[in-house]
Amino acid sequence: MFRKQPVFVRNLTPKEIAAAYAVPLSSLRDPQTLAERTKPGHENWLITMGVCTHLGCVPLGAAEGEPRGEFGGYFCPCHGSQYDTAARIRKGPAPKNLEVPDYKFTTPTSVTIG
Amino acid sequence: MSFPWANEYTPTHPFMQWLDAKLPLPRFVYNAVGAGYPVPRNLNYFWNFGVLAGFCLVIQIVTGVILAMHYAANSDIAFASVEHIMRDVNWGWMMRYAHANGASAFFVVVYIHIFRGFFYGSYKAPREMIWLLGVVIFLLMMATAFMGYVLPWGQMSFWGAQVITGLFSAIPIVGNALHTWLLGGFAPDNAALNRFFSLHFLLPFVIVGLVILHIWALHIPGSSNPTGVEVKSESDTVPFHPYYTAKDGFGLGVFLVLYCALVFFFPNYLGHPDNYIPANPMQTPAHIVPEWYFWPFYAILRAFTQNFLFIPAKLMGVLAMFSAILMWFFLPWLDRSPVRSARYRPMYKWFLWVLVVDVVVLGYCGGSPAEEPFVMISQIAAIYYFLHFLVILPIVSSLERPEPLPFSITESVLGRDEQAALGVPA
Ligand code: HEM
Ligand code: FES
Repeated sequence: MFRKQPVFVRNLTPKEIAAAYAVPLSSLRDPQTLAERTKPGHENWLITMGVCTHLGCVPLGAAEGEPRGEFGGYFCPCHGSQYDTAARIRKGPAPKNLEVPDYKFTTPTSVTIG
Repeated sequence: MSFPWANEYTPTHPFMQWLDAKLPLPRFVYNAVGAGYPVPRNLNYFWNFGVLAGFCLVIQIVTGVILAMHYAANSDIAFASVEHIMRDVNWGWMMRYAHANGASAFFVVVYIHIFRGFFYGSYKAPREMIWLLGVVIFLLMMATAFMGYVLPWGQMSFWGAQVITGLFSAIPIVGNALHTWLLGGFAPDNAALNRFFSLHFLLPFVIVGLVILHIWALHIPGSSNPTGVEVKSESDTVPFHPYYTAKDGFGLGVFLVLYCALVFFFPNYLGHPDNYIPANPMQTPAHIVPEWYFWPFYAILRAFTQNFLFIPAKLMGVLAMFSAILMWFFLPWLDRSPVRSARYRPMYKWFLWVLVVDVVVLGYCGGSPAEEPFVMISQIAAIYYFLHFLVILPIVSSLERPEPLPFSITESVLGRDEQAALGVPA
């Protein structure tokens, strides 16, 4: 939780990383690569705010068994925004990718947000 | 302010004469809703809904002030305080159900009242100002009801606050800063709850002020009527009291039967079970929808899923939703037909009914999940909504050939004028 809002932390599988790189940037509404959205050497750790950039609901897909939408990332049930495995907006009304908060790895296994 | 044949207030009791000389309040009442206010003789039951709306406002204020005596606007205990009202406070459950369902009843009444305006062309000159004030009242009602719904601080309250204030973040450049400023934080919390309570208490009294202006503006030309033909002579009118006090009184009785049935037998029918779960900032309910009275506008908001030219989908949706009501401000000038009543407008009448169906369809989609086919249906229905105002209405008003109007209200009620002049007013 950061600023009274949920934070999503996801350990991406190699398949999900590959899927994120396979998308041409020009097809994205808010073009960013997975590398730009993670820290060097920790590309598998995708840390984003759990706040849909449309109107602020908490998207589904962070917990086991929740729907992840057509693109395997997150699905916002409020107005149907769909995010991919790099938490980038792919479909629906949201304008931006899920926000990546400022954070740093303090040890290889812990991060500090803010 | 009235027709020359209006009865004059002549107090007989010495005290009333004294009062009339110092503060002519009884005279004011007599000329506003008494025997001193001549009203068209042919008003039908659609004309009851103004008085009913006023009555709803009184119900909301009385029950609301009592709820506010027991409610605690603090995000830690707001939910518990509403449960305390429901379980511990004597008659608290009744006050709360009367208030929550009173809001729904208020919107039913006001939507019928607005429909009356659309059907009988009440928004046309010389009554534009009444109409414009009405639209402002409606906007304030929506704001009030939204903030009231946040107060119980359940799941729907919290996420409603999050999503609706999120609308402001669509504004380019300043949006996010504005959103944080409105909420007093990054997400709804104690600061937001407190300011919503403060405004929820204040706005109904602002509405009272506007209602007074609305009626003041009404009393200059007087009420319109189902023919849309203006009053021409004394035989076209009857005094408000006893004729319309009786008719409104009967309507009020019918309204109270239905309202009490809702409050006492189906108090949660229009509510959402999720709002009995305390607010949880970590989890959005699977199916969030606003209260039913916002559904048509909510469907328009959600209809925009693709960027449009340079405008992002999110901003488009927000603009469209607000313009859906802003259209109403321009209605008196978009509809250029000189005939008021749809009774005599063969084309307009049908397009109006199509619009009603369109709004009902939008409402249905707005209350459904954001999935196909509802998204596509909302898109088509939203396009039609705007077409009606911006294209159909101006074209119809110039193409249409209205049917012949009666010469006067009296003629429409009693037949030809010569005969009518002989008869006693019905
Ligand atoms: C235009 C008139 C009004 C409308 C449309 C309106 C609407 C609403 C609505 C929809 C709720 C949520 C009810 C629920 O889900 O439980 C609510 C709650 C509340 N309202 Fe109002 N209201 C109005 C006037 C007032 C006034 C005048 C006051 C006090 C001065 C007031 C005080 C409250 C309080 C304390 C609550 C929270 C308690 C509860 O949830 O039952 N309201 N209002
Ligand atoms: S808040 Fe997520 S799609 Fe609207």
